[in-house]
Amino acid sequence: MTQASAPVLHLEQVYKSYGETAVLRGVDLKVFQGDAVFLIGPSGGGKSTLLRCINFLEYPDAGTITALGEKLCNQNRTHFEIASEKTLRHARARMPMVFQQFNLFSHQTVLENVIEGLITVKKIPKREAIILARTALDRVHMLQKQNHYPDQLSGGQKQRVAIARALAMDPPVILFDEPTSALDPELVSGVQTIIQDLSSQGLTLLVVTHDPAFVQSTAHTVCFCGDGYILESGTVNEIYGNPRTERVRKFIQSSGAHLT
Amino acid sequence: MSVFWSELQEYFPFLLMGAKVTLELSFISMAGGMVLGFLAAIGRLSENRLIRWPLEAYVEIWRDTPLIVQLLLIYFSLPEFGIVLSGFWAGVLGLTLNLSAYLSEVYRAAIIAVDPGQKAAAISLGMSPFQVYRRLIVPQAFVACLPTQGGYFIALLKDCSLVSFISVNELLRHATIVISNTFDSMNTYLMVAVIYFCMSFTSARCVGWLERTLTPARRKKVVIKPIMSELAEEDKTL
Ligand SMILES: Nc1ncnc2c1ncn2[C@@H]1O[C@H](COP(=O)(O)OP(=O)(O)OP(=O)(O)O)[C@@H](O)[C@H]1O
Ligand SMILES: [Mg+2]
Repeated sequence: MTQASAPVLHLEQVYKSYGETAVLRGVDLKVFQGDAVFLIGPSGGGKSTLLRCINFLEYPDAGTITALGEKLCNQNRTHFEIASEKTLRHARARMPMVFQQFNLFSHQTVLENVIEGLITVKKIPKREAIILARTALDRVHMLQKQNHYPDQLSGGQKQRVAIARALAMDPPVILFDEPTSALDPELVSGVQTIIQDLSSQGLTLLVVTHDPAFVQSTAHTVCFCGDGYILESGTVNEIYGNPRTERVRKFIQSSGAHLT
Repeated sequence: MSVFWSELQEYFPFLLMGAKVTLELSFISMAGGMVLGFLAAIGRLSENRLIRWPLEAYVEIWRDTPLIVQLLLIYFSLPEFGIVLSGFWAGVLGLTLNLSAYLSEVYRAAIIAVDPGQKAAAISLGMSPFQVYRRLIVPQAFVACLPTQGGYFIALLKDCSLVSFISVNELLRHATIVISNTFDSMNTYLMVAVIYFCMSFTSARCVGWLERTLTPARRKKVVIKPIMSELAEEDKTL
């Protein structure tokens, strides 16, 4: 981790409301190359909204977001400006998102799901795309299911395909929104191990999870997101062993995950 | 009975000629209705009111007036504006516009019903709105509303009989001509009914087949289907 270089992802005072509900109220966040940043916090605290704003599935209302060297939205004293759709699309393809509900394309086979972004977005010729897709599927141990449809897979297998679909884009960053929350307990560790491997291979990860064991095994940096901003961030030991704020300490205790 | 058989032999080919015109009307109007209906559906999902409202009016107008009145209006009033259409093309125009209004509702519902999670996944890979439509929404929505579209096609096939009012020589009009020669309305209409039944029944089977073919293996008994020929080749070489 070279903290001296510019962050891959930099959020400054990001705001987002749904109607009257202010969900994000000034989020500041820096993610550096190769980091594994885990977002934890109470339900409804705005973690999913934050990820969706970084990916611009939702448009923030105010703030500055810089991702992979591009300003995706910019706030100065008077103006808030969002980059062109083209810039946003380019950025999305380089930091795809993996969802809690997998969201595989149900009309396509596993392989078709994985080559979709390569062919449609990156305009890679089909033959080459198939080779790249198979490499990605192999990394998540799903090559043998390449001709199955999503409905023929278990939850864990679906999530691994969804990871392969993101991975095939060869992105520097992947965003995960509770990747294991919809899985049966016995399938969780398989998916977590894969995410851990991605991190050790140098990918930059931003992960939302409610699983303390997953945070402790994989996170480099932990951020606590509550009330619409990052209340506290630090290493696993700092957050779980010695939280600075009462709020975080209570949360950690109630999730039964404090280090002793 | 023998009189009936000799009449049948004489007039059946004539009725079939009418049936052919009915099929032509149906296929052309269906194609037109699908294209216009799809465009209207997309327009009605637009956030821009200036696009949405006129299309909503369009759909209401075509749905809330009788088809026969629409056909008569098109056939008899377009010439007033210097547009002279043959009965056949006036019929195609009326049926197409009428059908597009109904189909736009079908398509709109099917487009909305596509899983928002999958849409989000497509967007998060960097797809443009057009690509999301082409690669995800259209393939899923089209298959999902195939049975409904099939139902509309069969209704259209039968609605074509209304076009006989604007002197198109389709099946029903041919039947009327036959009856004026033979005065055997019962047997003639019976034949007409049989022909309509055969056309509709065949269409229904075809749509059913299409639906089974286009539905991914997940809903079929067959489990695995190699999807790309290149893939199958490569598998051999691996
Ligand atoms: N599309 C939306 N429209 C209106 N309100 C929304 C929308 N999406 C989220 N919210 C609200 O925003 C708040 C934060 O939601 P969000 O999903 O970001 O929380 P979260 O931290 O991901 O929670 P969880 O841990 O349960 O997933 C919630 O109060 C929710 O009701
Ligand atoms: Mg969430």
